[in-house]
Amino acid sequence: MINQQNYKAFADTRAPKSPMVRNLICAFLIGGAICTVGQLILNLWKLAGLQDTDAAGATSASMIFLGALFTGLGLYDKLAKYAGAGTLVPITGFSNAIVSAALEYKSEGYVMGMSAKMFTIAGPVLVFGISFSVVYGLILILFGLGG
Amino acid sequence: MDYVKAFLVGGVLCVIGQLLIDRTKLTPARILVSYVIGGIVLSGLGLYKPLAEWAGAGATIPLTGFGHTLATGVREAVAEKGLLGAFTGGVKAAAAGITASVIFGYLFALVCKPKAK
Repeated sequence: MINQQNYKAFADTRAPKSPMVRNLICAFLIGGAICTVGQLILNLWKLAGLQDTDAAGATSASMIFLGALFTGLGLYDKLAKYAGAGTLVPITGFSNAIVSAALEYKSEGYVMGMSAKMFTIAGPVLVFGISFSVVYGLILILFGLGG
Repeated sequence: MDYVKAFLVGGVLCVIGQLLIDRTKLTPARILVSYVIGGIVLSGLGLYKPLAEWAGAGATIPLTGFGHTLATGVREAVAEKGLLGAFTGGVKAAAAGITASVIFGYLFALVCKPKAK
């Protein structure tokens, strides 16, 4: 017999599972895959003869290139629908934020549209990133940890 | 083996981001900002370097790695030039990434058409 209590239990078994677990798995798999691509590019730059720091810089630039390319082609945002933070957290997501914002405001012009609005999300990242790194430098000097 | 490490650590850093999205409703911009600051703090505490050495791209490709790059650049420049280094080290170390995102970001937005939502 169906009453209020067992109907609720029954409905719970049939309701779709909370999307949270699925989101976490997608973020893990896709984010991990993007970093694996990054590792491949890093190894290729090292094979090409770059030292560790230079190879890391070249890898960041390459991943940013790929992020911008796939955003321009409309593919990155399709992936982002499933990946969530898996496409946001890697540096390709930073690049995606720039191209998406620039494309969105393309109709407002090349200067005040695209080049101003491309920093809607990337701007705060640079402001906070650079500012905190300077603060860190000042702390090092203040406590004599620099040398 | 370095591919497995990159996959695992990169994946875990993205899972933390996903938890922040689902649990705290932080906007993507705030998550990216938090990641960069987090990277600087962890790097300053000396915790990010061992992770980056172990996980390679798994630690340097997520945006915490950008923070680590800024902090490492500042640390080295301060040791060499003192106060001036605090102002030059970060951006110098991150120059490839910053310049690439400006030029490629603008270029691809210029060539590609906005997609209908």
